[in-house]
Amino acid sequence: MSEIKIPTVADMQSKGETPEILFWVGCAGSFDDRYKRVTLAFTKILNHLGVNFAVLGPEESCTGDPARRAGNEFLFQMQAMSNIQLLDGYGIKKIVTACPHCFNTIKNEYPDLGGNYDVVHHTSFLQGLLDEGKLKVAGGDYKGKKITYHDSCYLGRSNGIYEAPRELLQSLDADLVEMKRCKTNGLCCGAGGGQMFKDAEPGNKEVNIERTEEALSTGAKVIASACPFCMTMMSDGVKNKEKEEEVIVKDIAEIIEESLD
Amino acid sequence: MTLIPQIIFVIVMAIPTYLIVRRIRQIRGNILRGRPLDRNDNSSERWKTMFLIAFGQKKMFKKPIPAFLHLLIYVGFLVINLEVLEFMLDGLLGTHRLFAPYLGDFYNVAMNFFEFLALGVLISCVVFLIRRNVIKVPRFTKPEMKGWPAMDGNLILIIEIALMIAILKMNAADQVLQSRDVAGYHETGKLMISSFLVPLIDQFDTGLVMLTERGAWWFHIIGIMAFALYVTYSKHLHIFLAFPNTYYSNLEPKGKIQNMDAVTTEVKSMLGMPVEAPPANPDEMGRFGAKDATDLSWKSLMEAYSCTECGRCTAECPANQTGKLLSPRKIMMDTRDRIEEIGNGKEEGKSLLGDYITKEEINACTSCNACTEACPVNIDPLAIILEMKRYVAMEESGSPASWNAMFANIETNFAPWKFAPSDRFKWAEDLKND
Repeated sequence: MSEIKIPTVADMQSKGETPEILFWVGCAGSFDDRYKRVTLAFTKILNHLGVNFAVLGPEESCTGDPARRAGNEFLFQMQAMSNIQLLDGYGIKKIVTACPHCFNTIKNEYPDLGGNYDVVHHTSFLQGLLDEGKLKVAGGDYKGKKITYHDSCYLGRSNGIYEAPRELLQSLDADLVEMKRCKTNGLCCGAGGGQMFKDAEPGNKEVNIERTEEALSTGAKVIASACPFCMTMMSDGVKNKEKEEEVIVKDIAEIIEESLD
Repeated sequence: MTLIPQIIFVIVMAIPTYLIVRRIRQIRGNILRGRPLDRNDNSSERWKTMFLIAFGQKKMFKKPIPAFLHLLIYVGFLVINLEVLEFMLDGLLGTHRLFAPYLGDFYNVAMNFFEFLALGVLISCVVFLIRRNVIKVPRFTKPEMKGWPAMDGNLILIIEIALMIAILKMNAADQVLQSRDVAGYHETGKLMISSFLVPLIDQFDTGLVMLTERGAWWFHIIGIMAFALYVTYSKHLHIFLAFPNTYYSNLEPKGKIQNMDAVTTEVKSMLGMPVEAPPANPDEMGRFGAKDATDLSWKSLMEAYSCTECGRCTAECPANQTGKLLSPRKIMMDTRDRIEEIGNGKEEGKSLLGDYITKEEINACTSCNACTEACPVNIDPLAIILEMKRYVAMEESGSPASWNAMFANIETNFAPWKFAPSDRFKWAEDLKND
């Protein structure tokens, strides 16, 4: 593969340019070892398709989503305001992100604080390119393979995005099998609303184990996700069930990147 | 002809009407104890939502069997009330089957239609009683459903069954009286359901049959009024509040959290940004988030009165499904109990958070919106949970320690994890090793 370019917005500005699209990487995409691979995969797709994009790099900061959902509105708004100042300072208009939490917050919550951007999740972005015929995939390893997609609450119920991830998987001629609880009835991975950052309250079972059992019961060999929190929770679940040799958890961006034609 | 029945009728109507009006005022007053929230925008979308969700029962049909049975009761309620109009006029004017001479053959069609609906309501109520008490559908047996809530559910069904039996019994007695050519009983034609009851009544002498007919009539009309009053103290209030509650639905994307403008003002002034309208008297600013029911928006309080405790929210809640304490239905029931208590002046130094709802419950919420999606009347338990989390985080600094650590990380490292902000772009370097 030819050299991968990851320009920062600051670099581009120094050349007097503004990217068409800002790739908002998110904290998980920047720091989580597993999700960094998703960030890389998506970057490779952007490069492959020649998309005019840039990242904020070291200037990026948490959107404030977990703080707001844990009740710390002050901290959320401090984060949001400084992010909006940064984005507006660079004249950013369109943002794509692989994190449904960043997506939801920037798209739905930043406008109340004066930040207005055209925000898309990477699955919708890729679906758009697929529909336009710019993104071409070959089934390859995934052709006919049993894949189940775990809906992210923040894409699905929160923002009504159910079809983009499924269309992308179907474009690979994969055998998409649905779990009993899917789409509007999807079961949370257990990490939203700030749960990622603390232990769960006492109960009979962890939510991610319940969800993983459901995913495994479909017989799928691939659990596709489209959210860093879902990725962590489902991977942990698969490990807990000692199925990591047989079943893999992959982000849709990774699956598409592996299948680029 | 004596006027006594008419006078009794007027009194029988007036007393519950007075009590119902008083109770409606009380409920309205309680709802208005909540904080302001603007839900008057976008009226066309709001009417549409109300039409689809409340009138059209759209979200009920996620579960087809209860939806069908519920639809029968709902249509029965709407349509049989047309017959109640005739009841009222007959009672006031001292007439009997006032509409019969005017409607001709159609009266028989209408009465038969009502009877079929009455039977439908009756059967649905019986099936619902079986689902609650024999099959014990899991969502009706959760801890918050013990005692009064379970009794309330059963009472409603039993009252509805009794009211439907009264209608059928009255019609059966009426048919017997018609067949005996008793004066004043209009020809209604054969009524298909109640005619099955005719043999039970036909053995009595005419006086007793007349008494049965009048008895059933009075039972039905007094029953309706008593039930209407009961409803205002019951979960069954959803039959009225479902309409305004869906009209004032949250039309924003579910993932969007309501901004706290008071905080925005403070954050802006801290950052030295221009503030449009600083609060006139900062000392009077309410508390951040909700500790008690009156800290919630009026909409949350209306939702508490609109909740019919069906438990679809709790059945879908991932925390509840995995045995955690959180039950969105309980959040709504607690809110209603608490605002009622405040409305009755029995505050007793208690508060919604702490005395009714625990931190353990609210902390278990993943804000996944399964509850709001599941609610057939668009109730938003998440809004209440979030307001309480806000109170705990901002007024008490009482969030779980690991959340406080996450807050500190965001403040100092601009990420919820403890990584150096300068390492944020390191992932790109990993590419070289890829």
